[in-house]
Amino acid sequence: MKQDTTHKTFNLLWLQSGGCGGCSMSLLNAESPDLYQTLALANINLLWHPSLSEASNQQVIDLLNDILNDQICLDALCLEGSVIHAPNNTGLLHKFAGTNQAMKYWLQALVEKARYVIAIGSCAAFGGITAAGDNPTDATGLQYDGAKQGALLQPEWRSRADFPVINIAGCPTHPAWITDTLLQLALGQFSQDCLDEFNRPRSYTDHLVHHGCPRNEFYEYKASAEQAGDMGCMMEHRGCLGTQARADCNTRLWNGSGSCLRGGYACINCTAPDFENPPHAFGETPKIAGIPIGLPSDMPKAWFVALASLSKAATPKRVRDNALADRVVIAPQGKGRKV
Amino acid sequence: MTRKILGPFNRVEGDLEVHYEAEQGRITQAWVNSSLFRGFERILIGKAPSDALVYTPRICGICSVAQSVAAARALADAQGLKPAPNGQLATNLILACENVADHLSHFYLFFMPDFAREVYQTKAWYPVIAQRFKAQSGSAMPEVLKARAEWLHITSLLAGKWPHSLSIQAGGTTKTLEMQEWLRLQLLIRQFRLFLEKTVFADTLESVVSLSSYTELNAWLEQHPYGDFAQFLQLAHDLNLFALGRGYDQFLSYGAYAYQNQYAFAQSVWCKGEVTSLDTQGISEDISHAFMQGVQRVAHPQQGETVPHLEKENAYSLCKAPRLYQQVMETGALARQLIDGQALIHGVVEQFGGTVATRVIARLIELARVVLAMEQWCQQLQLKEAFCTHGKLPKQAEGVGLVEAARGSLGHWLRIDEGKISHYQIIAPTTWNFSPRDELGQAGALEQALVGTVVEDEGAINVQHIVRSFDPCMVCTVH
Repeated sequence: MKQDTTHKTFNLLWLQSGGCGGCSMSLLNAESPDLYQTLALANINLLWHPSLSEASNQQVIDLLNDILNDQICLDALCLEGSVIHAPNNTGLLHKFAGTNQAMKYWLQALVEKARYVIAIGSCAAFGGITAAGDNPTDATGLQYDGAKQGALLQPEWRSRADFPVINIAGCPTHPAWITDTLLQLALGQFSQDCLDEFNRPRSYTDHLVHHGCPRNEFYEYKASAEQAGDMGCMMEHRGCLGTQARADCNTRLWNGSGSCLRGGYACINCTAPDFENPPHAFGETPKIAGIPIGLPSDMPKAWFVALASLSKAATPKRVRDNALADRVVIAPQGKGRKV
Repeated sequence: MTRKILGPFNRVEGDLEVHYEAEQGRITQAWVNSSLFRGFERILIGKAPSDALVYTPRICGICSVAQSVAAARALADAQGLKPAPNGQLATNLILACENVADHLSHFYLFFMPDFAREVYQTKAWYPVIAQRFKAQSGSAMPEVLKARAEWLHITSLLAGKWPHSLSIQAGGTTKTLEMQEWLRLQLLIRQFRLFLEKTVFADTLESVVSLSSYTELNAWLEQHPYGDFAQFLQLAHDLNLFALGRGYDQFLSYGAYAYQNQYAFAQSVWCKGEVTSLDTQGISEDISHAFMQGVQRVAHPQQGETVPHLEKENAYSLCKAPRLYQQVMETGALARQLIDGQALIHGVVEQFGGTVATRVIARLIELARVVLAMEQWCQQLQLKEAFCTHGKLPKQAEGVGLVEAARGSLGHWLRIDEGKISHYQIIAPTTWNFSPRDELGQAGALEQALVGTVVEDEGAINVQHIVRSFDPCMVCTVH
């Protein structure tokens, strides 16, 4: 477990705090090759991961102390889960078991030793689900509190390699969002311009969930789903934020061939700060005068409304009927086919 | 007398600390401390009822679907909605997929690597076990990661993704299965069955589930010594894991995999050989030793509250203590298979009680039984019929959602006032198993199972085995 100080490998330490462990579970879904083979490509050495490593108890505490005493070089510190600050900024609602210290205390010390600090999932990046509602644990991300910079770490904080916290947001994260970023870092292929305006890796946030959405034809005609299981576009009535959400979920796909949209439910924009507290129910689209608020972010509203009313008027019966059904009720017809 | 604190435990999904006192190398008393609080029961207050389907799966990344199902059932109960039969079957398939993946992960990734530790290097079986099960590098790891990842492709067909799907609704599921997806589903189950039959059992699933006694199990082991299950049984005999970590022998199952008012695995309560029907009114949570304050020290979850208070005297865990008519219950695969009357599990519990070996055997027998059941559910799907029914939630209602997660009995209790969630309480499987003491001073199930354990080595390896034999999920425990 202990590594040479000559440092030929890329040493990775993974810690968990106020989260569900789902990003780790998702990471194990890495395929072709599996997670361990993927990490091996770039000589990434997992110093410790709470779900995967052999070491327990004192061995783990010794490892952390070795990092703090500069006996082991820490290339990347990954945190999964929010930073817990309550009660009264002590962080004691999450004590790191076996140490009688708040996890927050360990994080504060360890971030200063890491060449890169990586927030795994929207909790560690922005606060996420743990910060929802009245945020009973005063949860934040590492460097962001929602969309606002400055949390456990100040806005100007930089890691040893001069990077802000790298925010691999998502709830959960796709396994490839993590492995791509780790491989880029370990292979020396990651630079500041690989990060977007919330310090998320652009390798997945330069895309929209809308790209590759199988409901695209329904979107074009604004043929909308009304209830759970309907095939139509879920933007108008069912709260879908796929046209604004920054991720490649419908081009990279999950668990082989899936995505939220493919599973029949709306995108909740889980890679965005503050996604956890919409001012309305998740499955509903808020509207003003019948027009959904939160239209595609970079499209002039008047154009959208004009195009939408035109395309609605032009909707083929096939698309209109299928939109309100749970399966294809009218199939597309080729010109040469007899009805 | 020695007193010791163990932690952080890894391979337990979340934060766990165990304190114990030992005399002459044996544990006399143990205290289990869950050290992370997030407060989901408070986060949910004031939210739209349907939002529970977004928040509660995110309690836990490893039993996310089970949390979804509990929330969906509570919402269905609140509006008196009956799910579509296809929706029930699809829900069972998604939940079974998760539970099977969890049992597999538990055996290979969380539990077996402890036998590849250096403390066992003088054992005759050590070289083989270490080569196969060493954490991260064992020869089983690439095989299992591949089988697990491909198995979870089932969720892409039925639920969009795993973890954290929104496909499970009060009335069924949002994904209508098309013919080609139905075929793909069967192929994925088939492929996984072949993996189990080649790698885990080295025998057919039918043969494994028909084992009906401890004697038969041992005879089977003689003839099928090559699978990973057999490797475990051999070392379980050598280390006498059949006698390690015996708890109260009081078991609870809410009943698993509901379809048309029947459970695939029965619901009831089993106390030292006596079977009684479950009365959920007898469930309470006790906060006498939890870092929680409340008007009542003991409350039914429809009345309970969750207010952390870290300065409380005599408290030592953020976990509350659930009890059924003041009795401590153990829950999980062993409870389910015992209560369902699976003959082998019934036999080994009669003989040894709930112990490290019997808990692990039950998990693997259940793995085989669930995959066989999934093949049946595929055949029962009526592809031309609906997968979801629709209802309307009343402005004011109460609901209960009970489900069996991989780790055992999970319940959600909710109340809706003026169209918003006004009350939400959750009792997770590990809340039962890893509870602290109650006002009567009764130790929780794990705390009791640790008493009498021999601890001679620095890392207290026996404690590690006992803790992990419950397959704890600490993020669920306190939520």
